[in-house]
Amino acid sequence: MGLFILRRVGIMLLTALCLTFLVFFLTNLYPNLEKLAKTQGNFRMSDEQVSSYLEKNGYLQATPIKYGEWLGVLPSFRYENEDGTVQGRCILPGQSAEEAPRFCGLLQGYWGYSTVFKEEVSTVVGTRLALTGRLMFWVMLLMVPSALILGILAGMKEGSATDRTLSTFAITTTATPEYVSGVIFIAIFTSSAVGLKWFKGTATQAMENPTFENFFLPVLTIALYGMGYIARMTRASMTEVMTAQYIRTARLKGVSFPNIVMKHALRNALIAPFTVIMLQFPWLLNGVVIVETLFNYKGFGWALVQAAGNNDIQLLLAISVVSVFVVLVTQLISDIGYVYLNPRIRIS
Amino acid sequence: MEPLTWTGSIAFLNPLLMIALALMALSILVWILASIVLPEPQMTVNADGTLSSTSGVRNLIQSTLRYSFLASVALAVAYIVLGILMGTSAGIIGAMSQQFLPVWLSLIILYAMSIAFKRKLGLYGKLFDSPIGMIGFGLVMFWVFTGVFGALDLIVTHDPLDQVSGMKNKVPGTPLPSIEDGEYAWYLLGGDNLARDVFSRMVKGAWIVVQIAPLATMFAFMVGITLGLPAGYYGGRLDTLLSFLANLILAFPVILLFYLLVTPEIVATGVPNYMAAVLFIFPIIFLAVLLNSRFYTRPNFRTPLLIGVLGVALWFYLSLISTGGYIINTDSYRIWGLPTYLDLFDIPGGILVVFVSVVFVNSPTVFRIVRGLALDIKTRDYVAAAQTRGEGPWYIMLWEILPNARGPLIVDFCLRIGYTTILLGTLGFFGLGLPPESPDWGSTINEGRKLLSIYLHPALPPALALLSLVLGLNLLADGLREESLKD
Repeated sequence: MGLFILRRVGIMLLTALCLTFLVFFLTNLYPNLEKLAKTQGNFRMSDEQVSSYLEKNGYLQATPIKYGEWLGVLPSFRYENEDGTVQGRCILPGQSAEEAPRFCGLLQGYWGYSTVFKEEVSTVVGTRLALTGRLMFWVMLLMVPSALILGILAGMKEGSATDRTLSTFAITTTATPEYVSGVIFIAIFTSSAVGLKWFKGTATQAMENPTFENFFLPVLTIALYGMGYIARMTRASMTEVMTAQYIRTARLKGVSFPNIVMKHALRNALIAPFTVIMLQFPWLLNGVVIVETLFNYKGFGWALVQAAGNNDIQLLLAISVVSVFVVLVTQLISDIGYVYLNPRIRIS
Repeated sequence: MEPLTWTGSIAFLNPLLMIALALMALSILVWILASIVLPEPQMTVNADGTLSSTSGVRNLIQSTLRYSFLASVALAVAYIVLGILMGTSAGIIGAMSQQFLPVWLSLIILYAMSIAFKRKLGLYGKLFDSPIGMIGFGLVMFWVFTGVFGALDLIVTHDPLDQVSGMKNKVPGTPLPSIEDGEYAWYLLGGDNLARDVFSRMVKGAWIVVQIAPLATMFAFMVGITLGLPAGYYGGRLDTLLSFLANLILAFPVILLFYLLVTPEIVATGVPNYMAAVLFIFPIIFLAVLLNSRFYTRPNFRTPLLIGVLGVALWFYLSLISTGGYIINTDSYRIWGLPTYLDLFDIPGGILVVFVSVVFVNSPTVFRIVRGLALDIKTRDYVAAAQTRGEGPWYIMLWEILPNARGPLIVDFCLRIGYTTILLGTLGFFGLGLPPESPDWGSTINEGRKLLSIYLHPALPPALALLSLVLGLNLLADGLREESLKD
């Protein structure tokens, strides 16, 4: 088991390195750098001004070298201005070149400086992630129990009225992407044209003061899309368990139906949904980006859109590290959890 | 011109429809409750050999549900038929159903033909045994026909890019302020923020989806199959490497990938062209291996066949990836492609990058499915028999394993078209790739959402259209799965 986890962590690190290098490569293509220079300087810069800006800030080195600097395994770039002062990635404002460390990268715990938010990347990611964490917490709290209940109710008796109605509902939610359901919810519950006005159409206030009124719609929108899929998986696993031999034995023994479902079937039926729930995280990230844009909730997904729109290289890299990390860790948890939940599979 | 109401002179049907729908909703509720509360019906065999069932209440509820459902469907058909006959005097609904006349006719012909010959049509024919599958197929074909006829300018009432002054954000059914000859007198679903016709834009948007989504899914399947079969069949180092690459792409959040790939800056560097050149070669490899592995024992037949098929495929490939005589045409350097007089069609850079990134995102998942199926099927007896016969590995993969994996693959194909549609909508929603005035559903939703609290009509039609198309594809996949499991 220890060796298995060690190997998985090794593969995770390799994957993270490859992906961050890919992001690095794409953001450091020359037209992207040109856009960055123009958003940082001004939009009427000439080509020479652009290239001198990029030269000064060390963007014109070879990509592997820049990547090494970002990781912190190579000494970072320094540029000597005409007046003799030295500027560089490691030298923070107000610091002299001698005091500043030679290496500053991920390994040293320095994530860089965001050009959009004018802040250290680590603080930007931290605050945004906390906001999104709150959103995700409520999404999970709404989505997982309701999906499991839906799936178990539907899978209890295959082909029954409940099954067909709930399955239709589950299919409909999987067919409704967040930007469709969100728009429909906003139209029905918040607009002055329909006149219900039960909820708020934006969640901007929810960043400081989340209430049911301003926070429920974004949560519901993300939860619905993921819910259908988990419910269908739970249903499939439940129907499989309900046709198993030991359930038939229990029925013949005269165990009451609720008891069969609760005590005999449930535990075995929940193994498959557990992995599905864990593997839903990457999809939820998509939903988060859409919903945060739609409801103007300035969390992690919103920061991604801002960073990508303005080619904020350091922030984009940090965001991709975080999201790749989330994806890989949830995959690892799902694998380990599967082994623990299912005694039939043991890794020697 | 009078503004149109929703139902016009067939408004007498509205209360009837309300009653039918309420009855249906009520009977579904009672049905669910009854299935929990009431005992299972007891079947008893009478002395004369007939069966009789005791629980009359359940049957009563079921027949109520059936009749109220039939009544609702009949009323909906009545709206459409009366609409086709009466046109604009039957309100917006009538006018729209009249505009959709070619779609209705094609649907009727398609369904009549399919049901008449369903026993001879294999899996497709069996679809018409399952009500769910029929509903799903109907929804899908509705949008396919809408897309095709919309592209032929049959359904649309106005040009999707025309702006008519005074029609900004007007509600559905508003007449145009001044009508020229041959112009349609109303904006059926109202005008959007730039005074364009919402109805025509929705119809034109269907064509963009119908063009891109199935084709992109097909390319993703070609890539996934060509790589997944050897990975599953050979295993070993090849499998480890390919699975690592697939997991690498899968670990990437889709939106981040889109934001990095689908930008004008990336198009300028020619990265999408390189990706297109790599990804689009897989169908050619697939075709070549497919035919060669089957016919290599008959060189006299194989060689001309391969030359012919691959020649056409290569021509398509080259005209697909070369634009204006170049494969890659950036400021710093260029690579020569097919000369313009041989180039069949040009794909604008914006569309190409959307297409390539959708294929790129979808193929690892297909790869994983195909690999799993190949791992499962290669242990079967018929594969061992083929190996004993001395068949080559590619013959076994493509002519023994692949046909036996077709059931799950067809089901996944339908689901994946739906997912691709959602991805295209996502791209439009973030304004990536497609030009901003493009009538695709994602962009239209994105434009409409900004004024959503005051004007609902620009955002809702494309949202509902996308919803119904993806729902149709999911139902179709469900029906296909049910029918293919019956064998």
